[in-house]
Amino acid sequence: MPGLMIDRDILIEAPAEVVWRTITEPAQMSQWFADQVDLVIEPGARGYLKFGDQGGPVVVETVDPPTRFSFRWNHPHGEEPVAGNSMLVEFTLTPEDAERTRLRVIETGHELRSWPDAEKQRYADEHLQGWGEFLDRLDTLVAKR
Amino acid sequence: MTATPDDELWSAIGDPSRCQVLDLLVSHGEVSASWLAERVPFSRQAVSKHLAVLERSGLIGRRKQGREVLYQVQPGRLDQATRAMTGRAALWDQRLAVIKRLAEATHAATKENSRNDE
Repeated sequence: MPGLMIDRDILIEAPAEVVWRTITEPAQMSQWFADQVDLVIEPGARGYLKFGDQGGPVVVETVDPPTRFSFRWNHPHGEEPVAGNSMLVEFTLTPEDAERTRLRVIETGHELRSWPDAEKQRYADEHLQGWGEFLDRLDTLVAKR
Repeated sequence: MTATPDDELWSAIGDPSRCQVLDLLVSHGEVSASWLAERVPFSRQAVSKHLAVLERSGLIGRRKQGREVLYQVQPGRLDQATRAMTGRAALWDQRLAVIKRLAEATHAATKENSRNDE
C-alpha cells in the first residue's frame, strides 16, 4: 500500500533559473495551475487561486531560489493552513547540467483528517465540479504542445 | 480521473499503523484480530481500533466463523482508493508537462535573442 503522497518528476531542457521563474511567477503559474494567481512569492505570504468562478486561499511556505518552493492550499476558509487541514505541494529543482533541470513535485495531505464535516462536504461539492473543468482545460493546453 | 475527496477513506489509509494492518490483510486474506495482533508492534486494543476505522471506510469487511470474527479486504474499495491517487498523480504529470513546455519555450527564446544580439 503506497503512502498518501504523490511524488512525480520531469526532466526539463532549461536552466534551473528559467524553471524557477516558470513555477513561481504568478503570470506563468496561471498557465499551468489556476486561472488566476494572486500571490506574492515570499515565505508566509497569503494569496488566492481562482479556478473559473471558484477558488481558494494559498499560503507560501518555502522560497529558496532556484531550488525549493512550497505552498499549502485546499485548507478551509478562515483557518490557518497547517498539516492536517491542507495539501502541501513541494517543488525541488535539481540541475543535471547547465542546460537541464530535474523538477520534482511532492504533494501530501490527501487524508485531510481534521477537516470538519461541513467543510469536507463543501470541498467535495465545489471541487468535484471544479476539478473536472480544470482537467478538461488542462487537457486542451497539453494537446496544443 | 480526479481524486474523489472521500476523506474517510483517506484518513483510513493515511495512518502508518493502519496501513500495516491493511498490508497484512492484503497479503494474508482472511484473518482474525488476534492473529493480526501477534504480527504488529502495537496492542490488541489498537488493532481493534484500526480495524474499526478500516471497516467504517469500507476498505475491509468481516464475517463470523464459529466464535471467531474474520476480516478481509474489500478489493473494489481498495481499487477505488488506488485509482483516485493514480488520478491525482496523472494530474501532476500533466502540470509538469505544461511547466516543461513553458520553461523550454522561454529558454529557447532567450537563446535566440542572445544569438541575434551577437
